[in-house]
Amino acid sequence: MISYLIRRVLYALPIMLGVAFLCFMLVHIAPGDPLMSILPPDASVDLQKQLMELYGFNRSYPVQFFSWVWRAVHGDLGSSIATGRPVAQEVFKAVGNTLMLAALATLIGFFFGALFGFVAGYFRNSWVDKIASFISVVGVSVPHYWLGMVLVIIFSSQLMWLPATGAGPDGSSSWIWDFEHIKYLIMPAVTMSFIPMGIIARTVRALVADILSQEFVIGLKARGLGEFGVFRHVVKNCAPTAMAVMGLQLGYLLGGSILIETVFSWPGTGFLLNQAIFQRDLPLLQGTILVLALFFVSLNLLVDILQTVFDPRIERA
Amino acid sequence: MPATIAVVSINPPTHKRSRGHWANVAARIVRNPLAMIATLILLTLIFIAVFAPWIMPTDPFATSMFTRLKPIGTPAHFFGTDELGRDMLSRLILGGRLSLFMGITPVLTAFVIGSGLGILAGYAGGFINTIIMRTIDVLYAFPSVLLAIALSGALGAGIVNALTSLTIVFIPQIARIAESVTTQVRRSDYVDAARASGANAFTIVRAHVLGNVLGPIFVYSTSLISVSMILASGLSFLGLGVKPPEPEWGLMLNTLRTAIYSQPWVAALPGAFIFITSISFNMLSDGLRSAMEVKQ
Amino acid sequence: MTDERDIGGPRQPLLQVRNLLKHFPLKGKGLPFASARSAVRAVDGVNFDILKGETLGVVGESGCGKSTTARVLMQLIQQDSGELVFDGETVGSRALPLRQFRRQTQMVFQDSYSSLNPRMTIEDSIAFAPTVHGVTSREANTRARDLLARVGLQPERFAGRYPHELSGGQRQRVNIARALALEPRLVILDEAVSALDKSVEAQVLNLLLDLKQEFGLTYLFISHDLNVVRFISDRVLVMYLGQVVEIGSSDQVFDQPKHPYTRALLKSMPSMDPLQRTMEAPLAGDPPNPINPPSGCRFHTRCAYAQPVCRQRTPMFANDDSGHGVACLRYEADTASLFASEVSYA
Repeated sequence: MISYLIRRVLYALPIMLGVAFLCFMLVHIAPGDPLMSILPPDASVDLQKQLMELYGFNRSYPVQFFSWVWRAVHGDLGSSIATGRPVAQEVFKAVGNTLMLAALATLIGFFFGALFGFVAGYFRNSWVDKIASFISVVGVSVPHYWLGMVLVIIFSSQLMWLPATGAGPDGSSSWIWDFEHIKYLIMPAVTMSFIPMGIIARTVRALVADILSQEFVIGLKARGLGEFGVFRHVVKNCAPTAMAVMGLQLGYLLGGSILIETVFSWPGTGFLLNQAIFQRDLPLLQGTILVLALFFVSLNLLVDILQTVFDPRIERA
Repeated sequence: MPATIAVVSINPPTHKRSRGHWANVAARIVRNPLAMIATLILLTLIFIAVFAPWIMPTDPFATSMFTRLKPIGTPAHFFGTDELGRDMLSRLILGGRLSLFMGITPVLTAFVIGSGLGILAGYAGGFINTIIMRTIDVLYAFPSVLLAIALSGALGAGIVNALTSLTIVFIPQIARIAESVTTQVRRSDYVDAARASGANAFTIVRAHVLGNVLGPIFVYSTSLISVSMILASGLSFLGLGVKPPEPEWGLMLNTLRTAIYSQPWVAALPGAFIFITSISFNMLSDGLRSAMEVKQ
Repeated sequence: MTDERDIGGPRQPLLQVRNLLKHFPLKGKGLPFASARSAVRAVDGVNFDILKGETLGVVGESGCGKSTTARVLMQLIQQDSGELVFDGETVGSRALPLRQFRRQTQMVFQDSYSSLNPRMTIEDSIAFAPTVHGVTSREANTRARDLLARVGLQPERFAGRYPHELSGGQRQRVNIARALALEPRLVILDEAVSALDKSVEAQVLNLLLDLKQEFGLTYLFISHDLNVVRFISDRVLVMYLGQVVEIGSSDQVFDQPKHPYTRALLKSMPSMDPLQRTMEAPLAGDPPNPINPPSGCRFHTRCAYAQPVCRQRTPMFANDDSGHGVACLRYEADTASLFASEVSYA
């Protein structure tokens, strides 16, 4: 097993390199001269030359790529054109906010998803199953940015219970876990939780239905195992895969939070991406995407490793 | 004595062909009420989209500062008007065209390209498989929303750019399924028997592999359409896809955002349509999948 | 009685198998660049002839390499070394390119369901091979229907059906028809009747015998069922751990087995005769690992006759005058004296 784990980690490295390469290429597939994208239009010739040297656009591609990677590894992701601040700083500030949101959304989604999925699988083909399955299809099909808007309409505009946008009464820099601040977190988190809820519900339903239909369950019951015992047994068997899916969903939400964060003006990485796109702030765009993608790859790796360690049934050659 | 097999033609017998695989699948779907409702909804939507120019009550581009943000049920503007006074119903109908187009086209293109790559990788195996699949793995390492936005963000706004980035997002997913199914089929005895009869790879893929492989890939692809619609509308919502004044449901949601306080239900309408379409595609796709899974 | 495709004449064996070797390397269980990769030695030096017009049976336990040998014979797997000579010509040479060899050798697999494309009607499945070699599809379909009739399935009822609509026995008949579509000379039957019910098995065996006579076929019949092999084979070959240990006519091998493994196999056949009860298990232990076979004679770990020399020396295969061949140190001139004359099983 150790050898498998080592190989799995080694395998992630070329993937990360490939991911970095793709991020690097983003600047170069953008229409127009990459330098022009980075500079304000009225920059002086000297400034142009300076940046040309700094970014190395006059050097060959491989050299450019490796010097960019080298700097990135050392924490230098360039500077944002719009604000002038270092990209790395902006990104890491925002990541914390997004992580909060995504983690909460994943937990909510996992809780309800597992609940619905379990119930659906246990009472397969009954009306309970049909309702629970329908809810999970809704979760997967609903355009979450629209759902966010609808929730804002209901809870902010009509009922006035929750604030519509932002991350706290005085901005995101001061976050405390009190009700005043959590009010801002509720709607975005709930909105975001629908997707993992739908996917986890489907997965759990399939798992539960599969386990219950296996013959050894009949064998267990024949030997006198009560309902609760069977229940515990099913949970034990579902848990590893369900947890794995949850982990993957967290990664997905981290990367895909831009739409929700736009609707709720939540100051996370998604919001940052939005800014970067509109201001054609390519260093910020590149840096944010690189960090998010690498996060995702690492999370996948972690989930894979944990699954191998905790679920001995998985046969890894 | 080895007899050459006598080519005696018995009076061409009228042997009936049994119902083929797809006929069985269709029969099973018809019996599934949810799937049929979904199909009905989709057919209606497609019909409306195709015949949009003739169905629209008025000009979807006609602005008017006097009739801004009228509510649902206003005479002459059944679904109200948007922030520039344009008739919502007409815009929704015309917008459906673009939204459906942006949802289906990337999946279709990705189906063709992804299947091609996946089947090639799955059948050829070895080095070719490694190269193709590892490259796909790099693309797969991005969460799809992020990849779509990264590519769109870099390429810039516009329909073609949005279509391109969405296609690139879906190719890895389809290619993976294609490769996995093809590898399974490749290992089966009937493919070995075909190899043993001296057929070359092309013939075997055409005659034996495709028929068994395209079905599952297709069903998987249909489940991607709803994702594609949501992503495409999402891109427009962010300003990266369709550009104004073209009506598209996602873009309309974006421009109407400021109206959620004054005319919330008008503002929410385009999203409701995206939702209905998306859920119908999903139910149809689910119905297809369970119809195909039944053990013969 | 002459087949116009016959080149070498009646004395020439139809297929000569020479020193076939096929090892399957194990995917590195260790780190990617670790050395000393071990391999499953599935076929480890196999030599035998298949004579024209005979049925050669092949027996052995699971994992002895029977199926792998069959697949190498069909060239579905390439051997690591060794050659096949078909009617005097080396397979794969300019005189006998692979595609031509494939017209003359066909195989029937064990799993009747997975051998047929579930999306093709059985008529199309049978007609596929001829169309590959240039036969028009109309003629190929006619040929397919004729073959269906010949194997006992009425074309009007069966030609348009799909595999899942047939029973196991019917599917196997279809597989036989499919194998015959190219008019081969050699048919390899890899456990072709093993998955069938006994009554159906009997029917299919009789069908095979009829077809053999009618079309002048040669069979290689692989099975683990000794009774069936005895019934259908002219000569029998016994395999153990990737090697041939005994070969001879059906009567010779079954009535006067030479190799201790053959004797043990035969002893393990359940008998209806109460006087023939075996008092002890003739074969001890599980078959050893084909990755790391025992040294010297591979069977020595389970052999009732084993002597110390068996661990050190590998026996050479040798035929006696009647064509009964064996690979065992008990029959080699310089070591024969080391063994007790007979060890009786109680």
